[in-house]
Amino acid sequence: MHRILSKEILAPDVVRFWIEGPHIARKRKPGQFVIVRTGEDGERIPLTIADVDKIRGAISIIVQGVGKSTRQLNALNEGDAILDLAGPLGRATEIHPGRKVCCIGGGIGTAVVYPIACGVKALHGEVVAIIGGRTRDLVILEKELRAAVDQVIVTTDDGSYGDKGLVTDALKALLAEGRHFDEVVAVGPLPMMRAVVEVTRPLGIPTTVSLNPVMVDGTGMCGGCRVSVGGEQKFVCVDGPEFDGHQVDFEELNARLRAYREQEAESLRLFDQATLCRSSQAR
Amino acid sequence: MAKKIIQKTKNPMPLQDPHERAHNFEEVSLGYPVDLAVLEAQRCIQCKNEPCIAGCPVEIDIPHFIKQVAERDFEGAYRTLMDRNVLPAVCGRVCPQEEQCEVKCTLGVKNEPVAIGRLERFVADYAALVKFTDDTPPAPPTGHKVAVVGSGPAGLTVAADLAKMGHGVTIFEALHKAGGVLVYGIPEFRLPKAIVEREIDGLRRIGVEIKTNHVIGQTFTVDELFTELGFEAVFIGTGAGLPTFPKIPGINLIGVYSANEYLTRSNLMKAYLFPATDTPTIRGRNVAVIGGGNTAMDAVRTSLRLGAEHAYLIYRRTRQEMPARAEEIDHAEEEGVQIMMLAAPTAILADERSRVRAIRCIRMELGEPDSSGRRSPVPVKGSEFDVEVDTVVFAIGQGANPLIRNTTPDLPVNKWGNILADDGTGATQKAGVFAGGDIVTGGATVISAMGAGRKAAGAIDTYLRNPSSDGFSPTDV
Ligand SMILES: Cc1cc2nc3c(=O)[nH]c(=O)nc-3n(C[C@H](O)[C@H](O)[C@H](O)COP(=O)(O)OP(=O)(O)OC[C@H]3O[C@@H](n4cnc5c(N)ncnc54)[C@H](O)[C@@H]3O)c2cc1C
Ligand SMILES: Cc1cc2nc3c(=O)[nH]c(=O)nc-3n(C[C@H](O)[C@H](O)[C@H](O)COP(=O)(O)OP(=O)(O)OC[C@H]3O[C@@H](n4cnc5c(N)ncnc54)[C@H](O)[C@@H]3O)c2cc1C
Ligand code: SF4
Ligand code: SF4
Ligand code: FES
Repeated sequence: MHRILSKEILAPDVVRFWIEGPHIARKRKPGQFVIVRTGEDGERIPLTIADVDKIRGAISIIVQGVGKSTRQLNALNEGDAILDLAGPLGRATEIHPGRKVCCIGGGIGTAVVYPIACGVKALHGEVVAIIGGRTRDLVILEKELRAAVDQVIVTTDDGSYGDKGLVTDALKALLAEGRHFDEVVAVGPLPMMRAVVEVTRPLGIPTTVSLNPVMVDGTGMCGGCRVSVGGEQKFVCVDGPEFDGHQVDFEELNARLRAYREQEAESLRLFDQATLCRSSQAR
Repeated sequence: MAKKIIQKTKNPMPLQDPHERAHNFEEVSLGYPVDLAVLEAQRCIQCKNEPCIAGCPVEIDIPHFIKQVAERDFEGAYRTLMDRNVLPAVCGRVCPQEEQCEVKCTLGVKNEPVAIGRLERFVADYAALVKFTDDTPPAPPTGHKVAVVGSGPAGLTVAADLAKMGHGVTIFEALHKAGGVLVYGIPEFRLPKAIVEREIDGLRRIGVEIKTNHVIGQTFTVDELFTELGFEAVFIGTGAGLPTFPKIPGINLIGVYSANEYLTRSNLMKAYLFPATDTPTIRGRNVAVIGGGNTAMDAVRTSLRLGAEHAYLIYRRTRQEMPARAEEIDHAEEEGVQIMMLAAPTAILADERSRVRAIRCIRMELGEPDSSGRRSPVPVKGSEFDVEVDTVVFAIGQGANPLIRNTTPDLPVNKWGNILADDGTGATQKAGVFAGGDIVTGGATVISAMGAGRKAAGAIDTYLRNPSSDGFSPTDV
């Protein structure tokens, strides 16, 4: 059992937790994730370790409530316990010292890019962060990034905050200004990562993406997280989650992410119904 | 005195009706009732030379426990079993007895052997029912600490043996539940999870600590188990958990699973109860399972229980060559599984939503015997045919998981990634590190993994007392 030490709402349906997990906090490197299971009948879901506090022996995760398991997790409060927490899993980000890196986060992807950006800074790199959201409320971790990296650019699709447009627009603008990057790291919804990869491909800028397939064990045992990278089969949980974006078969990953659409919708519907019943009984 | 007349055949195992059981996850075999068990036990002629014992990798005193059953001393029989085997309820169910203890039984020469496995299961279940416990007090604490990586049959056996010797034992298990293949692979209808839990609780009672959610190679490396956590010896029993897929088109379509994933979703994550549980699985109407081993049988029989109308087992040789237990193949056919022999997949075809629409196969014929002595299948040119299915499950063998070998460079492995360990002791070339079970042999059996665990426990005990003798002689490799 892992106690929740604190809970904070970062955006609508986006929650940051600090959770007890001293052995994970000690070992974790940027880019790694945990598998979380909230209760006996719960699913095993992968979540990036957004930050660690070695002194308190705690890790932080930032969760977007998109379906039953993430909503159920986000309904927990400080003092509650999480049944299972396994990690740190996956490979750590490969960080080369002293590089100029553009870190791009879209929506919840910012939570994944943030620890990578911090890792680059820790190795004396230079980081420009571009973070985007559909609208102002959905931009997360701006304050944290401003404190950690050299420059932060915010974009919103509707122009309600920062530059109006997509993260790729901001990237293109920087490149047009003649800014040089040794590497681009992009994490966010698949269409966003695809778009970034198409911007950098003609320029030959190495581009890393962090993939988010459906997982079960997270230890390389089931093969459910397999993706095609450069025509080879990779298991994201042990070979990733980060890969060369120019080599990833996004089309296939996109299809595989839809495998359980109907079941997921059903599961969420029942969960919302039960939550409604409980809250009306409470009244 | 007149010579006793011995019943020629085993007393049959009561089974759930095939038509009913094909649609539920309850256990298929119901177990002997008391009187039938006693009757079966009376068939044993108590051979002086005890040939059956040699067939059992953990050397259970088979004639003795059977005699105790015949005399209705069930508690005594349970003690006899537990003396050699910490998982009798499991082995009694899943051991390939017909190739192990029972094949050596004297009665088997002319008639059917004694149903040793069924009797073992009976005793273990009876013991659970009336709550016998094996209360042999463990030896006084020695102060030594041993880490066991993986909680499959190999790890559980090492842990139990070392704990009984008085050593402090901690098991590190990657998943959230202990048991290895017994909990994530073998389905409820063949091995109820409550039974595995019961046997694992027994381990906890004798002081074994089990840390789930600890992935060695990630949470701690093998070296850190020594340096940071202060263990004096480490046993690696991580199994053969890496699924393999053939290199054919369509392998990443929606609806294509490894048997590991298919079975893990259903067993460990209880997807068959979805949406009461949270993990979904695809409930295919027409399911093809590729393979011919126990894993393939478990997957194809699971698909029926998840509601498949047609469940096909596609195997490239013939029924004779199938590595699965004959009993499992019979049970599968009784339940309605359609076996397609001498066929192999060449492609999986998609619909417009990237879901499986059909599997393309090619006919095979048997050629010359290969290195395993089995006649090897050869494709028949131009014989492709399609089978309409929406789910495909591959059960074509497992490799070794790379997490430990990637983080423990001084632990030698063979070209398939299996850890090199001494046959007799489980010692590896790394000081203080022992290994056994499927991670050493590749996919084998529950009881052979337990046998390896038993041997390693003895060697680890010796090593703890005298660390300069780790039992490894390089010539053995
Ligand atoms: C390595 C890795 C790191 C991740 N890190 C984070 C993180 O830090 N924060 C966070 O909020 N999420 C993260 N995710 C995604 C998260 O695991 C999923 O959102 C979660 O499993 C969904 O579970 P659910 O039951 O709530 O939703 P479901 O009911 O399973 O799905 C609801 C919707 O989300 C989509 N979906 C399902 N699974 C995923 C997935 N793995 N990725 C993206 N969309 C999915 C479905 O298509 C569906 O539309 C990560 C995923 C991976 C693989
Ligand atoms: C579906 C199926 C059906 C089978 N049916 C039969 C049968 O009927 N009869 C029979 O005798 N045999 C059967 N077998 C084979 C038998 O189950 C195995 O040979 C046996 O379980 C091997 O035991 P083990 O202890 O070596 O490993 P496993 O049982 O594989 O256990 C290994 C454990 O180690 C854990 N682990 C792996 N890596 C790590 C790590 N890095 N850190 C921590 N933990 C880790 C795994 O999660 C797992 O729990 C079957 C196998 C399968 C897959
Ligand atoms: S453990 Fe297996 S091999 Fe040994 S006696 Fe029991 S059934 Fe036979
Ligand atoms: S060989 Fe058969 S008959 Fe003889 S002792 Fe063993 S079980 Fe009994
Ligand atoms: S999640 Fe099972 S292999 Fe990656």
